Amino acid sequence: MSTFVSLWVYLSGKPLLWLTATLVAYVAADAVAAALKRHPLANPVLIAVILVAALLLATGTDYPTYFAGAQFVHFLLGPATVALAVPLIRYLPHVRRTAAPMAAALAVGSLTAIASAVVLARAFGLDHASLLALAPKSSTAAIAMGIAEKIGADPALTAVLVILTGITGAIVVTPLMNALRLKNYAARGFAAGLASHGIGTARAFQVSPLAGTFAGIALGLNGLLTALLVPVLIHWLAG
Amino acid sequence: MLAALAALLVCQLAGEVIVRVGGLPLPGPVLGMVLLFLLMLVGAPLPKTVGKASDGLLKHLSLLFVPAGVGVVQNLATLGHEGARLIAVVVLATVITLAVTALTFEYLARFMGVDEVAADHHETGDTEADSAEAAEP
Repeated sequence: MSTFVSLWVYLSGKPLLWLTATLVAYVAADAVAAALKRHPLANPVLIAVILVAALLLATGTDYPTYFAGAQFVHFLLGPATVALAVPLIRYLPHVRRTAAPMAAALAVGSLTAIASAVVLARAFGLDHASLLALAPKSSTAAIAMGIAEKIGADPALTAVLVILTGITGAIVVTPLMNALRLKNYAARGFAAGLASHGIGTARAFQVSPLAGTFAGIALGLNGLLTALLVPVLIHWLAG
Repeated sequence: MLAALAALLVCQLAGEVIVRVGGLPLPGPVLGMVLLFLLMLVGAPLPKTVGKASDGLLKHLSLLFVPAGVGVVQNLATLGHEGARLIAVVVLATVITLAVTALTFEYLARFMGVDEVAADHHETGDTEADSAEAAEP
């Protein structure tokens, strides 16, 4: 037993353990999602997050210790974002043809993302601080946190809302688009990336490379537009 | 594969440098994507495996959000006493945004007659998943 304890004390402080735990949890989550025929509710990000969070809770591990291992996975978000250029080139003729619908969907969608969050928050009687933190929630985390600082919102709360938005979008997009009878996978993917940034884009890539490509474009463009719009609109919207 | 990863990182690094120096309101990797896009567009000599490496990264994009997601679970207390209402706003606003965006795209695409191409082009539909099972590198 004391060997086990000392082994645990040694391993739990090393990046290897939590990096491995992250990968194993994801592989398990992905297997569950595959077994459930990729049902939208069986979202691999959500399942893996719950598994890891439960493990951290059970072992009394704090987030900084966990992140020391998980940072290697987190780091790959950068090169993966750069990699979005590859499908973009592959589908370039397609993207060019749909440039006009895309531009319109970007403008309308970006305004809707900001306004719907702030207006609903007011209707629900939320604090002014919450209205501010909600405004940039559809943009990718790095951009949203930058906007939060600029408009005087809490970046930590914004980050939490951004990730919740991403997971919500990834779960909801397929049943919602089916209910709307939308079969255009460029439109479906674009909406997923615009409304729910990288996590929506990850879902779109699971559905089809075309949807993923348009999601990646929406993620980039909406990040930029949200950064321009929120500081201008927020005082008008949040009152 | 190593050359491809190096190429992706060089683009990301260049993106970070430009963002910092220029004070631009976007993350370095997003500008890195624009740089790689431009390089590929003009046919710059890039490692042949860039495509394969990128596909590998994007196939498992979901994995990369797990550490941030775990951070959210640990920080759920940040939501405070308004937690339930905040989550309700997030869900409703996301549904509205998804629907409005996709419908705007689709109506305009149909109006302009560029709809067929898009609908025909999807390979797998939404019961896919084969791509996730396909050969690991």
